[in-house]
Amino acid sequence: MHELSVAANILETVQQHVPLDRASAARAVRVQVGDLAGIIADSLDFCFGALVAGTPYDGCHLAIERVPARCDCADCGRIFNLTSPMFACPGCGSSAIATSGGTDLRIVDIELEDEIEART
Amino acid sequence: MSVITIERKVLEKNDVIAAANRARFANHGLTVVNLVSSPGAGKTTLLERTIEGLRDRMNVGVIEGDVHTDLDAQRVARYGVPVVQIVTNGGCHLEAKLVADALERLDLAALNLLVIENVGNLVCPANYDLGEAMKVVVLSTTEGDDKPLKYPTMFRNASALVVNKIDLLPYVNAEIQAIRRNARLTNPGLTIFETSATTGAGMPVWCDWLAAKVIPAHA
Repeated sequence: MHELSVAANILETVQQHVPLDRASAARAVRVQVGDLAGIIADSLDFCFGALVAGTPYDGCHLAIERVPARCDCADCGRIFNLTSPMFACPGCGSSAIATSGGTDLRIVDIELEDEIEART
Repeated sequence: MSVITIERKVLEKNDVIAAANRARFANHGLTVVNLVSSPGAGKTTLLERTIEGLRDRMNVGVIEGDVHTDLDAQRVARYGVPVVQIVTNGGCHLEAKLVADALERLDLAALNLLVIENVGNLVCPANYDLGEAMKVVVLSTTEGDDKPLKYPTMFRNASALVVNKIDLLPYVNAEIQAIRRNARLTNPGLTIFETSATTGAGMPVWCDWLAAKVIPAHA
């Protein structure tokens, strides 16, 4: 539901790094979305598209990478990835599990088309 | 192709302001609770009863967040506590900047406990740090016992769960043990309270726990 606000934050970062006269060269923003970040990738993609439509940044899209949440079970030692926040070990059912990663929402980089390429 | 490296959190701007809010709260020895739930779970009624239970022990302040109207601020103001209403005009959650602006209208030095009642929504407020010490999620029995499984991020990020409207348990299709079990599945460390803000059941236990969280030197 708040993907629009997240998309607006991403666009703001793009605007900070890619000046208006280079806007049309912005091709892709690489974004990492943790599996436990509570963000729907399709919705984020849709919102970003809606925000840039008709602006100088219109040619820019999101390249979304999912980041798994790695878990260690304290009871049976199993290591697994959680894709939803159900904190139970798939092996023994224990909820004594430690997670690392998978909760962040990060902008990795912005890909720009070179000016020479843009002319060809 | 050329690449500009960014490597930062998308919500970094919010996190920076939230950190500044948190430092401000610490300077004033102020304990801050972010109260979250779906619409109609009884956050405001719980807050009214909580103010009644705590106001002889400490100074409580309130920030109300709503999509429209200042109806909640009007309700809370009747208890004689300082209250600021944030109207998001469509926004589905509070952000740290909105709280920072609201703080300008409160005398933080005069408060021990600040409760921020977030916009009624079990999804979006989970992602936005406001600078609070803890999130408390309110779930009413009328919402059903499956909600912790359906909206796990909010329950995962909360320190405590208040199961409200327990007076209605005989009439609704929800079991208190199932609520507890499902909530603990998403967050094994969750502290759980059972209340009816309407009848007052369970309120003293909840109020005593909250009072103990308030920084002792200032309470």
